[in-house]
Amino acid sequence: MDTDQLIRTLAADNEHHTRPIGFSLMLALLAAAPVSILMFFTELGVRPDVMTAMHNPFFDLKFAVTLALAISATAVSLHLARPEASLRGFGWWLLIPAGILVAGIGGEMMMPQRTPMMTRLVGSNSRYCMSAIPEMSLPLLAGALYALRQGAPARPAVAGAIAGMLSAGFAATLYASHCTDDSPLFVATWYTIATALVTAVGALAGSRVLRY
Amino acid sequence: MRERDDEWTGLMRSAMSGDSAAYHRLLKAVTPVLRAAARRGLARAGQPIDQSEDIVQDILLAVHLKRQTWDTSAPFAPWLFAIARNKLIDALRRRGKRIFVNIDDFAETLPGEPVEQTASASEVAAQLQTLPARQRDVLQSIAVDSASIKETAARFSMSEGAVRVALHRGLAALTAKLREQ
Repeated sequence: MDTDQLIRTLAADNEHHTRPIGFSLMLALLAAAPVSILMFFTELGVRPDVMTAMHNPFFDLKFAVTLALAISATAVSLHLARPEASLRGFGWWLLIPAGILVAGIGGEMMMPQRTPMMTRLVGSNSRYCMSAIPEMSLPLLAGALYALRQGAPARPAVAGAIAGMLSAGFAATLYASHCTDDSPLFVATWYTIATALVTAVGALAGSRVLRY
Repeated sequence: MRERDDEWTGLMRSAMSGDSAAYHRLLKAVTPVLRAAARRGLARAGQPIDQSEDIVQDILLAVHLKRQTWDTSAPFAPWLFAIARNKLIDALRRRGKRIFVNIDDFAETLPGEPVEQTASASEVAAQLQTLPARQRDVLQSIAVDSASIKETAARFSMSEGAVRVALHRGLAALTAKLREQ
């Protein structure tokens, strides 16, 4: 087939339109979410004292951090789906959850504490945290990668890593409602390790499936 | 350059809003530029430039299938060249394992190279043969026999919608096969 013939064929297909990638990503995440939510309710469940916990600002702060991560990583993911896009000028979005977390740690430091710092950092659920967040994020990551295949990222591994972050953000939001460790120090340590794991998986998968 | 870029952006905007003739003109207009870039890239990597047409077709397919990632409020050229660069690097990496030619053999002769004529391309044609029969028939009818969608539908007693679906799936499958080869 010579190039003129190919061009004619492509022009004939001009009427075919794929739906916007943001919409596809939303659909994929909505399809994957029930799987993660089912995993959450069969294995973990919401902590029993959730009604009183809600009055603890550090419990609420966990959701601010995880949702900020999920939302900013989603925005960066959609940006990186464009071939000419890079992290430059957009990467700072990912600093928002980190900033909230640092502010939380500062806030906690200024309050009188009954338990020593290391005890708060180590917590009592670190092992659950490190396995549950990655497990619940896998269905979301698969969905996100499926939708992002529509895109044309310049660096598929980076795009995959950010997809990992967004799925870890949503999974951590679920997990935060189960976990009784509310110290920002715990979140900064174990949630970060869990997110890093999912980010690495996303990078690895992305470098394969997001090439175009 | 500026004028050319504005013209491309205008054509692509029309194309995205459904103007297939504008799309056809745009693809015709960018092809010589892509061809020159592919030849330069091959020459710089010290590889024979007669493979440039395969790369051009690869870029055109990617442009087509990824065009919804172009932001219609942005200029078209940077988007196009980002796709072209990606595909060129990909192609050089793939070929790099098999071929090595000294770069000096080509660097001198390149600027005078005519870039208008179509060189032979074999990869798309070869992969076309591996597609499911229906997609292959439709693609061949439109590409090689220059039939319209309507004529193709009549020829294979399909609905026009079915022809459109087979056409698009065929192009997507073709691109996937080129990537995996």
